[in-house]
Amino acid sequence: MKSAVIVFPGSNCDRDLAVAIRDVTGTAPTMVWHRETALPEGVDLIALPGGFSYGDYLRSGAMSARSPVMAEVIAAAARGVAVLGVCNGFQVLTEAGLLPGALMRNAGLDFVCRDVKLTVANSQTMFSSRYDAGATITIPVAHHDGNYFADAETLDRLEGEGRVVFRYAEPVNGSARDIAGVVNAQGNVLGLMPHPERLIEAEQGGTDGRRMFEGLLAALG
Amino acid sequence: MKARVYVTLKPGVLDPQGRAIQHALENLGFGGVEGVRQGKFIELELADGTPRESIDEMCRKLLANTVIENFKVEVA
Repeated sequence: MKSAVIVFPGSNCDRDLAVAIRDVTGTAPTMVWHRETALPEGVDLIALPGGFSYGDYLRSGAMSARSPVMAEVIAAAARGVAVLGVCNGFQVLTEAGLLPGALMRNAGLDFVCRDVKLTVANSQTMFSSRYDAGATITIPVAHHDGNYFADAETLDRLEGEGRVVFRYAEPVNGSARDIAGVVNAQGNVLGLMPHPERLIEAEQGGTDGRRMFEGLLAALG
Repeated sequence: MKARVYVTLKPGVLDPQGRAIQHALENLGFGGVEGVRQGKFIELELADGTPRESIDEMCRKLLANTVIENFKVEVA
């Protein structure tokens, strides 16, 4: 499986994401600076990491979503290449229009940094196939702007089409309908606020994050 | 020329920051503050003759996120 991790100025989970992908798939991803205008040939997975790209200027993810490399990411997503956005990566994907909705300031205004329980709402995606539908898993969050917003019609559509992949099993940030992660209509672009790359080995306190990368490896070879 | 861009949250979009500001004003003893909505003000220094459509495009493409925000442009 050939993968790339996009690095924006202010990304700070890019190396964690790269280590997770390397450990699970056996192949290290190519790190791609945001000013690049091409992605590695034949890439199967593009990962957008967490962090505070551009210091969250204007809106979280707004500046990065207009980075030169994003035109390539959008084109690759349209071709069916898998795209995973974690935390700031999720914010970038919504700002780039690859996923619906927006991520607003947490309802409690606090930065939330802790392990949270998630419910797997759809285990039929390439990102979630190694989880059981309805299972409760634990993945850490660390964000200030994770309060998912979309209009009621969009939320109904997302739920009706099974595009809500993960939900918070407990109150975290005020997200509409407890949405923690959504997938695009084609099923190849996932954004989620929790950090699966932080729970890859038992030494990290759990391995619930590992199965996302195992699912991707199974789907993408 | 200058363009002044006001970016505001759409009606119906919750504004926890606005609510916190409202509470802070109440704590300071200001009565009658019935609501606060926080937005952004962006001043653009533009080449003379920049067409209005171009400014609107800047707003739609970057300055505002039209999923959650409205924008208003004043040209001076």
